[in-house]
Amino acid sequence: MSKVLILAEHNGNQINQSTAKVLTAAKQLNADTIDVVLFTADTNLASQVASLSGVNEVKLVKCADNHDQLAASIAPTIAELGKSYSHVFGPSTTFGKDVMPRVAALLGVNQLSDVMEIIDNNTFKRPIYAGNAIITVKANSPQIVATVRTASFTADKSTDGSASVNESTLATAVSHTSFVELSTGNSDRPDLQTASKVISGGRGVGSEENFKIVYDLSDKLGAATGASRAAVDAGYVPNDMQVGQTGKIIAPDLYMCFGISGAIQHLTGIKDAGTIVAINKDGDAPIFEVADVGLVGDLFKIIPEMMEKL
Amino acid sequence: MKILVAIKRVVDYNVRVQVKPDGSGVATDGVKMSINPFDEIAIEEALRIKEQGKADEVIVVTIGTGDSQQQLRTAMAMGADRAILVESSSPVQPLQAAQILLQVIDKEQPGLVITGKQAIDDDNNQTPQMLATLWDRPQATFASKIDFVDTNNIQVTREVDAGLETIQVELPAVVSTDLRLNEPRFVKLPDIMKAKRKPLEVLMDTDLVPSPKGEPIEVLAHEAPQPRQKGVMVETVDELIDILKDKGLVG
Ligand SMILES: Cc1cc2nc3c(=O)[nH]c(=O)nc-3n(C[C@H](O)[C@H](O)[C@H](O)COP(=O)(O)OP(=O)(O)OC[C@H]3O[C@@H](n4cnc5c(N)ncnc54)[C@H](O)[C@@H]3O)c2cc1C
Ligand SMILES: Nc1ncnc2c1ncn2[C@@H]1O[C@H](COP(=O)(O)O)[C@@H](O)[C@H]1O
Repeated sequence: MSKVLILAEHNGNQINQSTAKVLTAAKQLNADTIDVVLFTADTNLASQVASLSGVNEVKLVKCADNHDQLAASIAPTIAELGKSYSHVFGPSTTFGKDVMPRVAALLGVNQLSDVMEIIDNNTFKRPIYAGNAIITVKANSPQIVATVRTASFTADKSTDGSASVNESTLATAVSHTSFVELSTGNSDRPDLQTASKVISGGRGVGSEENFKIVYDLSDKLGAATGASRAAVDAGYVPNDMQVGQTGKIIAPDLYMCFGISGAIQHLTGIKDAGTIVAINKDGDAPIFEVADVGLVGDLFKIIPEMMEKL
Repeated sequence: MKILVAIKRVVDYNVRVQVKPDGSGVATDGVKMSINPFDEIAIEEALRIKEQGKADEVIVVTIGTGDSQQQLRTAMAMGADRAILVESSSPVQPLQAAQILLQVIDKEQPGLVITGKQAIDDDNNQTPQMLATLWDRPQATFASKIDFVDTNNIQVTREVDAGLETIQVELPAVVSTDLRLNEPRFVKLPDIMKAKRKPLEVLMDTDLVPSPKGEPIEVLAHEAPQPRQKGVMVETVDELIDILKDKGLVG
């Protein structure tokens, strides 16, 4: 008998696609019940979750003043609810990674981080060493707390669900932590984590100004734009564009990268991509070992040529 | 104020680890070991806070085998004042590590605890959050900037999926570092000599936490990741576009 509680994620306007991905993972447990807990002041978001197919009940915990995003405020409520579930799952996004270990600690269990495959109700696969090894792990605790590696599961987009919504008010808000501000790199371009095509640039792009051609090609192809850590560190682009072990783990149908050498920490972020295309002027760059299609050449010649011919 | 920095000895980030043929683990014999890169950033940040006069002492702690003394000495060569090794014969999982670190906090009463956001061996990303929970104190994970508001409050900028989030937390608190918080300094030879004379206390995990709570997660097998199929190299943009069109990836 398994009962799953899922922690939903949202940005204030919309439910994050990670929620549907975690739901896909939860369904693979052949659970008797799947409920979702959602922290927000906005009732509309609860209806979005209620329509996801396979959800039994939405536990809407209303809270004001941005406590919906503060791990210390919401973890005690999740843990308390979690006591009557066999599995408590969250996304392995920065939000889930911040909150779920607190839930696990309150329940007195170790957490399974970045679950990439479900073998049975207690047995899972997850990556270690930046994905250079995969381990099969078994949890024997009464509650299994896990974050789900979203790139490993496809979001089920069917919205024929009709879950009930059960409303309550957050009673565990803390006073020692407060939200100050969120600054987003904000663009009208597709979201890096859900886009079917991603075009990235690395240190080889050389400057913030030069990155314009990478954006232009992205726009032409309707792709999201990503970057290597070196490009972020050098200030060419904001941090939310970083792909890799410590950035975003993505699984687009097409990943095309320009001027990225292919460090293991970068490759961790793209190994689930459908087709990897690499353009680099150095024929020995390690990126070519994983690329499905490689082209040796100068990105400043190749991008304009692609713009012209596509 | 004291700052406690938790560090872990891990396989150096430049090493491409290999799974042993029998699936029992990854090969670590003769492999270069280092301070977890995020923890090096944690040490650096603590030292900078001390250098600004906002802390008086930086203490590094690790839970591990006797070999971890090497990493503690490196941390002291960077500038940490003293070190604590909690000896443990077998690797500890995050909930156990958090229970041990809580005992160290109890002894030392730091005003701030800085850790890495994740250890790059097991990639768990749990210990600091669990420690903050058991300690019943705030956490600020994935920090790329720490600012003191006054002696009791800090503002921390966090690297989140949406961009940069700033939160304010009351001290004492646990902060976990992200890569852009700072660039760790290089260790100089005379400092390595000096570090040999700095105090290094050794404690036993079983003395600090005789019966840790929570069952460890069992590891059944290790395997190498599925290799990607060998790709093709093309010579021209036209060839590249043809392949993309064939695959239906561009219009
Ligand atoms: C703990 C840890 C975590 C990390 N996490 C991440 C992560 O999440 N993501 C990440 O990306 N990195 C990460 N890194 C950093 C990683 O190790 C590399 O340093 C980084 O990925 C290198 O970025 P790059 O490929 O853009 O730069 P470089 O390695 O400098 O490569 C630049 C490439 O551009 C090519 N080039 C230059 N000019 C041109 C041109 N005109 N045309 C075509 N090609 C050109 C060069 O041949 C070269 O191959 C991490 C490192 C550590 C230690
Ligand atoms: N054995 C350990 N000893 C000391 N600190 C640790 C240990 N394990 C983890 N940590 C700290 O917790 C952080 C996150 O580790 P983890 O949760 O294992 O990914 C690390 O960057 C360290 O700062």
